Amino acid sequence: MGIELKQVSKRVGAEIHIHPTDLVLDAGGFNVLLGTTLAGKTTLMRLMAGLEAPSGGEVWFDGKNVTGIPVQKRSVAMVYQAFINYPSFTVFDNIASPLRVARVARGEIRTRVGKIAELLRLTPMLDRLPAELSGGQQQRTALARALVKNAPLVLLDEPLANLDYKLREELRDELPKLFQDTGATVVYATSEPLEALMLGGHTATVHEGRITQYGATAQVYRTPNTLLTARVFSDPPINTATVDKQGDTFVFGDAAHWPVTEKYAVLPNGIYTLGIRPHHVTVTGEHADGVVVRGIVQIAEISGSESIVRVEVAGNSWVSRSHGVHPFEVGDTVELHMQVQRCLYFDSGGELVAS
Amino acid sequence: MHKTVNQKAWLFVVPVVGLVAFNALIPLMTVVNYSVQETFGDNVFFWEGVKWFEQVLNSDRFHDSFLRQLAFTGMILVIEVPLGIVVALSMPRKGPWVSVCLVLMALPLLIPWNVVGAMWNIFALPDTGLLGRMINGLGIEYNFTQQPVAAWLTTVLMDVWHWTSLVVLLAYAGLCSIPDAYYQAAKIDGASSWAVFWRIQLPKLKRVLTIAILLRFMDSFMIYTEPFVLTGGGPGNTTTFLSIDLVKIALGQFDLGPAAAMSLIYFLIVLLLCWVFYTLMMRGEEQ
Amino acid sequence: MPEEQNMAKITLQNIKHSYLRQPVESQDYALKEVDAVWSNGGAYALLGPSGCGKTTLLNIISGLLTPSEGRVFFDDNDVTDIPTIERRIAQIFQFPVVYDTMTVFDNLAFPLRNRGVAEDKVKLRVNEVAVMLDLEDSLKRRASGLTADGKQKISLGRGLVREDVNVIMFDEPLTVIDPHLKWLLRSKLKELHQQLGITMIYVTHDQTEALTFADRVLVMYDGTVVQVGTPVDLFERPGHTFVGHFIGSPGMNILPCEIRDGAASFAGNVLQTASPLPTADNERVEVGVRPEFVRFDDSGFAVEIVKIDDLGRYKIVVVRCNDSTLKMIVDEDIRIPSESPRISFDPEYTRLYTDGWVVE
Repeated sequence: MGIELKQVSKRVGAEIHIHPTDLVLDAGGFNVLLGTTLAGKTTLMRLMAGLEAPSGGEVWFDGKNVTGIPVQKRSVAMVYQAFINYPSFTVFDNIASPLRVARVARGEIRTRVGKIAELLRLTPMLDRLPAELSGGQQQRTALARALVKNAPLVLLDEPLANLDYKLREELRDELPKLFQDTGATVVYATSEPLEALMLGGHTATVHEGRITQYGATAQVYRTPNTLLTARVFSDPPINTATVDKQGDTFVFGDAAHWPVTEKYAVLPNGIYTLGIRPHHVTVTGEHADGVVVRGIVQIAEISGSESIVRVEVAGNSWVSRSHGVHPFEVGDTVELHMQVQRCLYFDSGGELVAS
Repeated sequence: MHKTVNQKAWLFVVPVVGLVAFNALIPLMTVVNYSVQETFGDNVFFWEGVKWFEQVLNSDRFHDSFLRQLAFTGMILVIEVPLGIVVALSMPRKGPWVSVCLVLMALPLLIPWNVVGAMWNIFALPDTGLLGRMINGLGIEYNFTQQPVAAWLTTVLMDVWHWTSLVVLLAYAGLCSIPDAYYQAAKIDGASSWAVFWRIQLPKLKRVLTIAILLRFMDSFMIYTEPFVLTGGGPGNTTTFLSIDLVKIALGQFDLGPAAAMSLIYFLIVLLLCWVFYTLMMRGEEQ
Repeated sequence: MPEEQNMAKITLQNIKHSYLRQPVESQDYALKEVDAVWSNGGAYALLGPSGCGKTTLLNIISGLLTPSEGRVFFDDNDVTDIPTIERRIAQIFQFPVVYDTMTVFDNLAFPLRNRGVAEDKVKLRVNEVAVMLDLEDSLKRRASGLTADGKQKISLGRGLVREDVNVIMFDEPLTVIDPHLKWLLRSKLKELHQQLGITMIYVTHDQTEALTFADRVLVMYDGTVVQVGTPVDLFERPGHTFVGHFIGSPGMNILPCEIRDGAASFAGNVLQTASPLPTADNERVEVGVRPEFVRFDDSGFAVEIVKIDDLGRYKIVVVRCNDSTLKMIVDEDIRIPSESPRISFDPEYTRLYTDGWVVE
């Protein structure tokens, strides 16, 4: 189903929750809303669902204005962060509940619930009560209830946030597959950039009640239009610094300088904000075209396979992320290899220049 | 905060509006009507303005019963709330005894009010009642039908017996909702049991206790049946609380005008005190 | 700063615990048998899925639980029956615990005042700790008004103010913290550990938290410790297929393996591995290799590409070979062959497992 927000806004009292927003979602695809807590993701979903009426603007489904139509008539399914199931119903009855409300024939309920349960590996638990299930199984039950309706719009509000790490990984892998064949338009809110990348599809970055960018997930990640989008879509945070374009050289204070590539040759001289992701500033010299900058180690986080170091580079607090395990002492000076061809440059207004 | 606009929802409110009108508004307006007029029956009314209100507010009789009422309510709150908390604290949090305790606690609440009055009347009679005979047997002269102090003590004791359970049950529910982590953290911080009570349990019970106090305040301030059955307001007027006095004026003396004025004043006092209580308890909650 | 003699080596001896009164089978035990020695000033993590017994073990160390069997030693003193308050430990819980009615200052001062520390000393310590935790600006505020990460810092601060603390324990402390703040708080913990040198034990189901925080990680599964090691050990040399699967994202590929003619092979392709060949031949043999150590290699064996997930920094490529699928992690700069892809495993990081346990 095609969903379109036209100048939709939401204010509660004097507080603006959503600034006027235009958005056309990828119909039948996976759409991720990425932003921190309170960025406005949940409000956007509630506006799409019809759980809230917009203060201004219109919501369109498939070319029809549905702004005033209440949630009951919109045939949407929603799954929340908390595992919400009917505690006194068995898993079977929980999954069957939306079908019973819709007065689906008994035989059909059985086949549809059976099919969904199979898909979500809930078949052995159909007779159990929610309290007898693990967190992952409870959330799968809630997901099954959303799926069984065959609703053309499915809203998932951080559905995996309360699950164990490994379970999250598993379900993250399964979710896009589950919805692939249903043709439903899925909207998925998350606060984790990595989750957005894993889910793929399209991503809208949300920041303080505004959608800063919308597009194919990998595209938004690689070429953020603004510094704000780059910040929202980076964990650990993207490194920034002020650089000065002087003729055919970018000068990063006393720390480093490098030649301006053809792409940026037309830029006027002056001050730009450099943005570079932590994994493009590495302690290993894997990339021959790297420019060396020096930094003082502030804190090092070493996991079994990579090293994440917070370093001070020419007065900026940067993060470097490298493959492998490397020992660091706090206060040491380290040489970092910065892949300058991966640098993003933003103008004084925070807009990306020449991508 | 998040509201869906749905005009049909108003339909659901209609029965309640009807019920409230029938239950509260119409009788209340009747009372207002009586409070400003003089009547001798036969539907003959004379306009009197605020005369009845002045009369009631200036009468010693009203002052006395109002003070008695305040004293009674104050006393039972001071006893029942701390006692309720102590009992709730001493109840087991898990195991088979939980349900036993809960049922035992709920028992007094299940007894009709007039039965409670009658029970305590019989129980406390100085010559035949178990309590009365025991106290007299100890050499203490006790007769609640004759001695004002004994009458008061018996009334208060009866109310404590009847209603402390309510405070216990509410406080117990509040205590059960405190996560274990709080107690564990307190252990690690080396907090004494007094500190645990003062810093964790009491703050967490605040909302529940506000409700308990409000309920007990309203109920006790309007108490009628139990003291009426137990002492009938005596000896003399010593246990004549506001509602008993009101009934005496309205039905005993058939002074409908003053009784109506008194009802309204009574109503406003309850409302005002509830508001004061609530505001005080909730102060500092919103931040 | 805590003094040297305050710290202690922690020894767990044959710890078993059951929440049932009369446990019979091994299923009745939340902890089946745990032995461990933790030295002074280390940073340890207990890592495992929910229900593996890690919180139970933590509560046994802190004394909130007494184990059904086994002893707990701090240095050479048996503390199994000693109450929490005398064990000189601090614990931070999943959901932040603050005393709502008190200010941030009073919250931090609470453990000291309970122990009868003089008020001028209290003031000094609280201010010191507030500076460490960047709480100095909110000392006068009511604790109930703070955000989740602020409250969690207070919980931590109540542990840090005490100078007698042997060990600070964390029970999934970042659960309710926003992802972009998690990183900061985690760095803060690490920094404090390096600064103060107090033994810290961190319980979590999140491998990133465990591996970045700890010098040594205990991986728990179903009431037992399946492997103890440094983050590098766990990553490069998983001792059990569970460790391989649970640590790493995505986890280790665990593939069927045949032992024939004195060589291990997968799907008919002979493999070089870091393991010797298993001796007993009736056991189930599997080969484990992490997605990081599978690479495109024209001299390797043929596979079919099923799916490519672009995660920005790298791609996860799912490939199929016979009936098995496996995942590989490919850096963003590496080209993925479009036709007849071939792959190979890095022999140094390819191991054989019998009944789940590594062959060494």
